[in-house]
Amino acid sequence: MRTGFRVTFRKYLVLAGVTVFAAAGDTMLSHGMTQVGHVSIHHLQGLILAVLNPWVAVGILFLLAFFSSYMSALSWADLTYVLPATSLGYVLLALVARFALHEHISIMRWLGIMLISGGVGFVAGGPSVTEHTDESDSSLVTESGAPLVGVDR
Amino acid sequence: MKHFYTWAGILIVVFFSVVGDVLMSRAMKRVGDVHEVWDRHGLWRVVTQVLSTPTFFLGIAAMAVAFFSLLFALSWGDVSLVAPAAASLTFIGNAFAAKIFLHERVDHRRWLAAIMVAGGVALLAG
Repeated sequence: MRTGFRVTFRKYLVLAGVTVFAAAGDTMLSHGMTQVGHVSIHHLQGLILAVLNPWVAVGILFLLAFFSSYMSALSWADLTYVLPATSLGYVLLALVARFALHEHISIMRWLGIMLISGGVGFVAGGPSVTEHTDESDSSLVTESGAPLVGVDR
Repeated sequence: MKHFYTWAGILIVVFFSVVGDVLMSRAMKRVGDVHEVWDRHGLWRVVTQVLSTPTFFLGIAAMAVAFFSLLFALSWGDVSLVAPAAASLTFIGNAFAAKIFLHERVDHRRWLAAIMVAGGVALLAG
């Protein structure tokens, strides 16, 4: 039974992409939408105009990059391994708000940052893949027929 | 009654988010390690393999429903409740669903991580 894959530097880069692209995309999109203003459900053509806003357009590109990284990560890691990485984006945004924008961060928010970081640390210290059904094992065999042997860490 | 609609909306968002994530995870596991496929056969092979996986489209559909449900839920309830509640409950729901449907071994370490991340998201976004 395989219990895990070694996570290479390249794969850590993909996980970092999941975090950074999601946080950057969300931020740009919300900044752009505040410039665009209210979009009514009865005037959905406003959404098309919104895409012309440069912040919204770049935000969408970043979210596409996020989605590609997310799909890539899910191809070699468990869902319960990848998802905590996505939550690091919240931490990143809070730290940017604190140190780049000099916003005040309350004690509760610092506690939230610590909880998320701790949770991500817990998962990152374990194996990236633990699926153990016959079906999933066979689907994770290389084309040459050799199984991708996992390494416990 | 507004309370009921808000929580019903949150639960619908969580349900479809979890379904979307599980389906997407299953689809990508079927495709296989995309780094491997890319290195051996090129990017085009990755794209065709993803697009020939029906579960991928079901996952996208579920994620789209989750997104629009979130928009509706946000119009029923306060953003300070709906957004963090939906995000953190999705983490817990995904841990259950990954164990049941994806047969991931969600050990104590991962349960604890899911609960910590869910709590952290609720505190940060709340």
